[in-house]
This record gives sequence, structure tokens and C-alpha cells, in this order.
Amino acid sequence: MDDRMHAKPVLLTMRDIQIEGRSGETWSPIIRGVDLALNKGEVLGLIGESGAGKSTLGLAAMGFTRDGCRISGGAIDFDGIDLMTASEAEKRALRGRRIAYVAQSAAASFNPAHKLIDQYCEMPVQHGVMSRADAERDAIELYRRMRLPNPEEIGFRYPHQVSGGQLQRAMTAMAMSCRPDLIIFDEPTTALDVTTQIEVLAAIRDIVAQFDTAAIYITHDLAVVAQMADRIKVLLRGREVEEADTRVMLESPTEDYTKTLWAVRSYARPNRPPANAGAVPIVSIKDVTAGYGAVDVLKDISFDIHKRRTVAVVGESGSGKSTAARVITGLLPPRKGEVLFAGESLPPDYRRRSRDQLRQAQMIYQMADTALNPKLRLRELIGRPAQMYLGLKGRALTERTRDLLRLIELEPDEYIDRLPSELSGGQKQRVGIARALAAEPQFIICDEVTSALDQLVAEGILKLLDRLQGEFDLAYMFITHDLATVRAIADEVVVMQNGRVVEKGPKDEMFQPPHDPYTELLLSSVPEMDPDWLTRILNERAARAGR
Amino acid sequence: MSLVWTMVAKRLGLGLLTLVIISLIIFSATEMLPGDLAKAILGQSATEETVAAFRRELGLDLPAHTRYLNWLLGALQGDFGTSFASRRPISELIGMRLGNTLALALYAAAIAVPLSLALGILAALFRNTVFDRSTNAFALTSISFPEFFVAYILIFVLAQSGVFPSMARIDATTSFGDYLYRAFLPALTLTLVVTAHMMRMTRAAIINLLASPYIEMARLKGMKPMRVILIHALPNALAPIITVVALNLAYLITGVVLVEVVFVYPGLGQLMVDSVSKRDIPVVQAVSLIFATAYVLLNLLADVLSTLSNPRLIHRK
Amino acid sequence: MNILIALLWIAVVAATAMGAGWLFRGLVVKVARGSAARVFRTAPLTAGFGMLVILVYVLVAVFAPVIAPFAEREVVGAQFLPWDSTHLLGTDNLGRDMFTRLVYGARNTVGIAFATTALAFTLGASLGLLAATVGGWLDQVLSRLVDILMAIPSLIFSLLLLTIFGTSVVTLVLVIATIDSTRVFRLARSVAQNIVVMDYIEAARLRGEGLWRLIAREILPNAMAPLVAEFGLRFCFVFLTISALSFLGVGIQPPTADWGSMVRENATLITFGDITPLLPAGAIALLTVAVNFVVDWMLYRASGLKE
Repeated sequence: MDDRMHAKPVLLTMRDIQIEGRSGETWSPIIRGVDLALNKGEVLGLIGESGAGKSTLGLAAMGFTRDGCRISGGAIDFDGIDLMTASEAEKRALRGRRIAYVAQSAAASFNPAHKLIDQYCEMPVQHGVMSRADAERDAIELYRRMRLPNPEEIGFRYPHQVSGGQLQRAMTAMAMSCRPDLIIFDEPTTALDVTTQIEVLAAIRDIVAQFDTAAIYITHDLAVVAQMADRIKVLLRGREVEEADTRVMLESPTEDYTKTLWAVRSYARPNRPPANAGAVPIVSIKDVTAGYGAVDVLKDISFDIHKRRTVAVVGESGSGKSTAARVITGLLPPRKGEVLFAGESLPPDYRRRSRDQLRQAQMIYQMADTALNPKLRLRELIGRPAQMYLGLKGRALTERTRDLLRLIELEPDEYIDRLPSELSGGQKQRVGIARALAAEPQFIICDEVTSALDQLVAEGILKLLDRLQGEFDLAYMFITHDLATVRAIADEVVVMQNGRVVEKGPKDEMFQPPHDPYTELLLSSVPEMDPDWLTRILNERAARAGR
Repeated sequence: MSLVWTMVAKRLGLGLLTLVIISLIIFSATEMLPGDLAKAILGQSATEETVAAFRRELGLDLPAHTRYLNWLLGALQGDFGTSFASRRPISELIGMRLGNTLALALYAAAIAVPLSLALGILAALFRNTVFDRSTNAFALTSISFPEFFVAYILIFVLAQSGVFPSMARIDATTSFGDYLYRAFLPALTLTLVVTAHMMRMTRAAIINLLASPYIEMARLKGMKPMRVILIHALPNALAPIITVVALNLAYLITGVVLVEVVFVYPGLGQLMVDSVSKRDIPVVQAVSLIFATAYVLLNLLADVLSTLSNPRLIHRK
Repeated sequence: MNILIALLWIAVVAATAMGAGWLFRGLVVKVARGSAARVFRTAPLTAGFGMLVILVYVLVAVFAPVIAPFAEREVVGAQFLPWDSTHLLGTDNLGRDMFTRLVYGARNTVGIAFATTALAFTLGASLGLLAATVGGWLDQVLSRLVDILMAIPSLIFSLLLLTIFGTSVVTLVLVIATIDSTRVFRLARSVAQNIVVMDYIEAARLRGEGLWRLIAREILPNAMAPLVAEFGLRFCFVFLTISALSFLGVGIQPPTADWGSMVRENATLITFGDITPLLPAGAIALLTVAVNFVVDWMLYRASGLKE
């Protein structure tokens, strides 16, 4: 197969590409001299962490830059056309017609004012490829091939009437409408739940193969790119780290950076001994039903969290896992049931809880950007809980704040008077942790604390949380949708779906069959590094359905 | 579909309630007058008997809620009572003036709305060019000018040389063509004042949308800039634009007051200002009620239209 | 022909204004240091011009008695004297010195407008922040009340209220401030509502922070930029409203020197081709233009820094 591919003619070459972005009055580099070559019908995976410049490079392949960016050097040749010197009109004629784009969030990238099929037909009709009637027939055919339900009818809906996974497939169909030579996929499944992601991945892979379309597949997820790409290129801060065929890259990466990316996947904390059978749990949720308005988001859920234990609450969006956290913190009083703290019932509304009750349960948020007041310095952000709860003042308060900064591995002299905007993403999340610790709690809720971070940074945060747990005997409730994180840090797992607990128990048992059917689906949908994983899992599912 | 109509019905109901409360506020204005109204009007020299007779004549001896109901029911039928100053029925005073004021506002709107939408769209299309910057600076400047300043400049520049009349003499016999000519300066003043604001908001509404992913998508589909703006941005900018237009039409209603005074245009605004200086309260109340009603109805219309322009509401899941 | 001359004038005025803005910006950059100098260096010429004008107005208002050649209400000659060396801008309809009254107008008109805006702001912003933070029925009651008050056109409402309460400076300030505070309330509330949903506010509530600290330390610092810009816009609006009312004869009352009334008192001159009555009107326009230019720049900066 490899031999056939290399025999194909070259479609796109980019040489020594330099792209700059404007910040205020100055231009700073985003892409610093990257080469890229793509043959007809080939899929190139472009991976890297946020800020690596993947999307910028992908858009540059269309001769396009976002507002505030410019291509300052290099050469782009698409099938004999020089995109650096081509006029806007010439580039417009290529876009959509010969190079198409699939965006990260289909929900945001479809125009809310027009029906899906109108947006589909716009490209072939405006580019003069086919008539409106032909385009409509073609749309229905492609919707069918993308395995969308009701292909005859779905195009006549508006974007907000269609689910996220279906929209992403409809967008891929739209990109195919002019049968382009090249499609840029910009993180097309990042915004989707894992069980939805697998269907979209399968549909994208099939249609690209059917039409022998070349593609650049941009993602930060190694396991995903392993399923989709023939070759992988790794980017770091605007530079190429290495490039190789997918299997070669997975089995024997040569560069250190690539190796560390691979290694993160295998991080796991040593198991801790289970809690004593008779011990009173720190936090206990008993038969809680809660919701907004007339809707019950949580239906009769119960689970316990013990001292020095980490309970991972897993589920997809809408499963109710964050609502459970709001019930525990008292932001959402439950309709039925109660929350116990160290055996005692907590008032349902946080406004009725004592200062000490508030102190004992702290929270770390997903988005450190919105969790830290941007106008306060670290001194006040971290010092305030110590001042409030422990009554520290003056020098004692400063000393305590400095100790907390040391605990999260930030140099006090350098950081104590900084604003959140003067920190990196990982550092902000560390400050969130320090703020929680400042209250000297027994229990901390971690709400998707690593999902907005790059893998290496996330690993640092997980290790820090683990160390602190040992040092201060903390109990963690770890809300996440990422099973790799669960594997890394949990002692016990609670699986939630549609507001119910479908399965709970120690981690080792959870990752061993037999499973509850939903847990099974969830576990099997998490992409693995093996390039054959997608094919294998689809075959397995097909076989089971056929049985 | 039904959800939209229940929403529209709710808005209408709310608008009606607002109108009732506003009428209550305007009515209670007289109640807040310090001292005895009849005495205030007749002067200190009036005898007890004349004051009492006058109170009966005005209905001031009735309880407040009865008077409010009588006033409101009368107003609904076009009867606003009697003017203190001229002792004539207020409906007679208002009569033609209401039509004149509406005509002037309409005249100005007919120029201002298409002009400012076109300018706003063009400025968004050619954003950050010389055209955009100069229209923006011009707009900012004219927003900052008091209406009477604009009006006097226009008089100075255009009426001095006799091109247009500086006084808008309008009566029942004025023909349509004459009307357009005589009311040109007042209409132009109002146009200049509202166009700038509407244009800026239209531009902002569209530019706001140009950052959204679906606009980037449209550009990546290879669509022409004009098509991106007209087909992809404009339909989504309708709600804010409708609101802006309504807001400015509503502003015209108040702007009319000053412009009418400058150009001696026989409209409601002039009547109102005259009555304020004479403290002719029933007339002020009547005119306030008319202006407020027009204002509320315009905002209501905008509300309903922008609800109807939202595809998420019309085409439900 | 007239129009051509007018256009030429506009071009000359615009060029002079931008030149003055450029000079002033250069001066400020020289005097200021550190981050302030960096901020001013990137300021557009319009903003430089705006700041210069505001500075000049403040100086004139403060030093009015020093600058003005005559007393504010003194009759110094015949009515409507033309411009000459004693009466720089001639005299008004009662024979008072036009230049003197123009200078005092800076103090009266701008001063009253500023006081009104400050009052409207204190009232509207504090209630708006409170409503957004507390929420619940307090928010409902205040918001509905404001909705109703805002449903009456503000000029009409002020005319109605001034009819009832009479036209003294105190009632004028109170009436306009009350009506305008509803607009401030709306803005402050919506700004605060965007902040209140942030996680750091939730964190502060869960920490058990009191209402006062929540507003003063957590919300207000983050609402400052839009509120300051709104203060500028509100000032323009109040200033124009007061001038309009004075022009209509129901605002600031004679013999106090005030720009709005001065236009009205001397308007007849315009029909004789004398531009003197345009001067006070122009003084009003110039200040609002200046404030708008500065606010426009601030808003641009605030929106640019967010990204």
C-alpha cells in the first residue's frame, strides 16, 4: 500500500513557511519555517499542543490567514498554482472548489440562518460545478454515505435542529460537495463525546478513502491521528519536530519531545490501599435527586468519598457529573436526598452553611482563566481564604501565602505580586490549587481540571495533586470525561449516564470485564494508539450487532 | 411555530401593561403638583366660590381613581380635556399637529434608514480603510452635535442664500411637493442626527459577526466578500439592526421637539414646549401620552420583529 | 458655491484639529513615563485632540473669573454690538459681553452637567451592581421599574417633570439625574451580570464572602473599563439634554450664563448672517466631540486588550 501511495503525484508543497501574528504594534512569529509536502490521495496528520501553530499552518495551505496574521515568507504550491502570488479571486476559485475545510466546531461553523442543504449547495452552485437541483440530489447521496439518519430529510433542517456529531458529518459532506483534491480537517472531533467521536471518525475515514481525497488532519490527540493518517508530522511552537509514516512514528519516535508525548499516555499512580470497611466517609451523597426547573438532571444518585481517596466521576456531557458537584457545594439544593460531611448532614444551601463547613470542601475549576479574578494579585487570590478562615494577618498571612506558593512550585518572590494574566495556563491552574489548599480543607472537588491543558502540563498538575493528597490526607472528587485521566489518578470510579450512576467501584474492577453495557461502550470508544484500533473496534461491533 | 406566537403575545401583553402604567405615571403628575391646582391656575386673588366652581368644572372634586379612568377613557376616544391656557379642547390643538409631526418623522426616516444601512454595510465591508475611518469620524462628530447646532448650521449654509426656507410654514393647504420642499431642512437636520448613530451600530453589528466561525467558513468556501456580508452576516445581524433602527426612530420622536422649535414647524413638539413654559398641564400630559405611546409601540414592533427574525425560535427542534 | 466653501472649512478645521491632537500627544508622551507613555504613543490623533480640548475646557471653567474681561451678568453696552477689540465677540440681546458669558458658560453648563452625571452614575451604577449580584426579587423589582421608566422618552419625561416641579437648577439636576440613572442601571447591571456568572465569583460566594466585598473587590474592578466609558457617554448625553432644555427655555434659567440659553437668546442674529449664536452651540458640540473621541479610543482599547 505504501508503494502505491508514493507513486502518486505531488499535490501540495509548502516550503519554509513563515507566519506572523500581530500583538498590538508588533508582529511575532507563529510558524517559523515549516516544510510540508502532500501527495494526491494522501492523509497527513498534523499534531501538536495548543499554540503549536497547527491550524494556522492548515489554513495557510488554502492561502488563507486569519485577521491579524500574515504569511511573511516561504512558498506554497498547490498543483502548479503559486498561492503566494495568486490574486484573491484566484484563491477564491480554489477554496471550496479544490481545497475544502472542515472546522472544529460544526455547531458554530454552520450559519444559523440557513438550512444545511442550502449551505451545502452554495459551494457547487456558486463555483459553477453543478446546478442547484443536481447539488441537492448529490447532497442527499453524500449524507447517506456519511451515514446520517434520514438523509433525504436532514438537509432541510437548520443547524440548531441537528446534534453535534451529525453536524460534523454534514460539514464533512459539505466539504466533499465539489469533490475537492484536498480537505483540511481542523480538529473535527475535539468538541464531541467519545461515543459520538468514533462514528464521525469512521465516516470521515471512509469517505476520504472512497473519493481518494488528500487530507491534512489536524488534532492534538495522538490516538485519533493514528487512526486517520498515513503520515504524521509533529509541531512544537511553530517548528517541525519530526515527520514519519504513522506506524514508524508510533513504534519508534526519534525526537525527545515526541517520546515525552507518547510517555504521558502511560502515566499511572501506584494504587493505594482501600479505606477501612467501617470508616465514616468524608463526603457521602445519599439518594440525591436534583435539577433545574421541572427537569431532573440527577436521579437518585449515591456514592461515598473516603479520606485519602480519589473518586473519579466519569460521564459524557449531559451526564450530570458537574451537577453533582453543585449539589455537594450547595449551589443547587437537591429536591430529595442529602449530602453528609464526616457523617453529619450539611445544609442544602451554601448560604446556610457555617464558615467551617464551607472551608472543609473546596473546589478547583476547569477553566483557570475564569476561576481567578483577573484584577487581583496572587497575594490576595491565595491569601484571602487563609485570611478569612484562619484569621491570619500581616506578616503571618504573607508567610502562609509564600508557603502555599512554594507548595505549588512557584517561586514566591517572583510570583506573589503577579496578576493571573502574567501566568501560563498551567501556572494558573496551580494557583487554583493553592487557593483551595489555603482553606486547609479535607475535601476538594476537581472539575475537569486538566481538560483545558496540554498533555505535558496536565501530567504535571496530576502529579502535584497526587503529592498534595499524600501530604495533607485529602479526599478528591475528580470530575472528568477522559478515561486516561481516570486510569492515571483514580482509586474508585463512578460512571454516570443521563443523571444516573450506572456503575461504581474500585478502579481495577472497573477496567476489567464484565461491564455494564454503557461502561463497555464508553471504554471501547476511547481511541487507542494502535493504528488498527478503529477498524478492529468497528468490526467487533458489527459482528456483535450481526449476532 | 406556536412558541413564537406565544412569545409575541406575551410581548404585546407586556407592552400594553407598560402603556397603562405610563398613563398612570403621566396622570399622577398633576397629583404631585404642590398646592391646589385650581388656585395655582386662577391666581391668589380668586374668591373661594370661583375656585370651588372651577374645581367642579375640572372634576377635581372627584376621587383620583375616577378622574384617572375618565381621563384614560377620554384619551382613548381622542378627548384629552381642556387646555388651561386657551380654554379650548386639547384635541383641537393637537389635531393637525400630530399629523405634521408624524409626517416630519416619516420624512426623516425615509432618508435616514436606507442611507444609514447602506453606509453601515459599506463601512463594514471596507473596514479599516480610509472610507471607513472618515465615515466613522464624521459619524462620531455628528452624534456629538446638539440638534439645534446642526439646525442653525444648515440654516446658515442653506437658508441664508435662499435655497431652502428657514421657517417651515405648513398648513392644511400645503401640497405634497411644497411640503417636501418646505420641510426639507427640518427633515435633513433629523436625518443627520440619527443617521450617524444607526450607521455606526449597523457597522458594529455586522463586524461583530464577521469574527464568528461561520463567516470564516463562508470565506473558506470561496464566497465573494459581498456575498459573505449579504447572505451570511446580514441575516444574523437583523435582530440588532432592527433594534437599532427602532431605537433611532424612537429618538426621532424626541428629536422632533427641538427641530420643530428651531424651524417653527407646527407640530406636537412645539405645542409641548409652549405648554411647558405656560405650565399648561393637561396639554403637556396629553402630548406626553401621545409621544410615550408612539415610543412604546415602536419598541414593541422592534421586539416582535427581531423575535421573528431569529431562526432558532421560528424553526424549533 | 456656499457648499464648497463649507467643505473647505470642514477640511481646514479637521486638519487643524488633528495637528493639535498630534502636538498634544507628543507633549504628553514626553511628559509621561513608563507604561503611560506607551499607552499614549498608540493613541489615535482624534483621542489626542479630545484630551486637549477637555483640558482646555477644564482650565477655562476653573479660571473663568481670571480669563473673562467683564462680570458674568454685567450689561456693558448696547444690544448686539459687533465684534471689536473691547467686546471680542460683541454683545448679546441685553448688551452683555458675549465672550465673558461664553467663558462663564464653561463653568455653569459643564459644571451642572458634570454634577448631574456624577449623581446619575452613583445612583444607577450602585443599584445596577447590587441588582446583578443579589438577583432574585430585588433584581426583578428594580429592573421592571427601570423598564417602565425607560419606556418614556427621556426628553418628554423631563419636560413633564420640569412642568410639575418648576425649573430651578436643583430640580433640573435631580430630574435629569433620576431619568439618566435608569440608563446607567441597565448598563451596570448587564456588565455585572456577565461577571457574576464567572467561576471566580462562584468561588467567592462559596468562600462565604459578604455582599460588600463581593461587589467592591470581585465585581467592580472587572466592571471598571465599561463603566468609565459609559461615564463619558452619559456625560455627553446629559450635557446635550441640559443644553437642549436650556435652549427650549426650561433648563438653566437667566441671567445665569449658559450655552444653551445663549443660542436661544441670540438666535435671531443667524438670519442676518451673523455666526455669533453658533459659538455657544459650537462650544457644546466641541466638548461632546472631544469626549466621544476619547471614549471611542478607550472602548477600542478595552475591546482590543480582551483578546
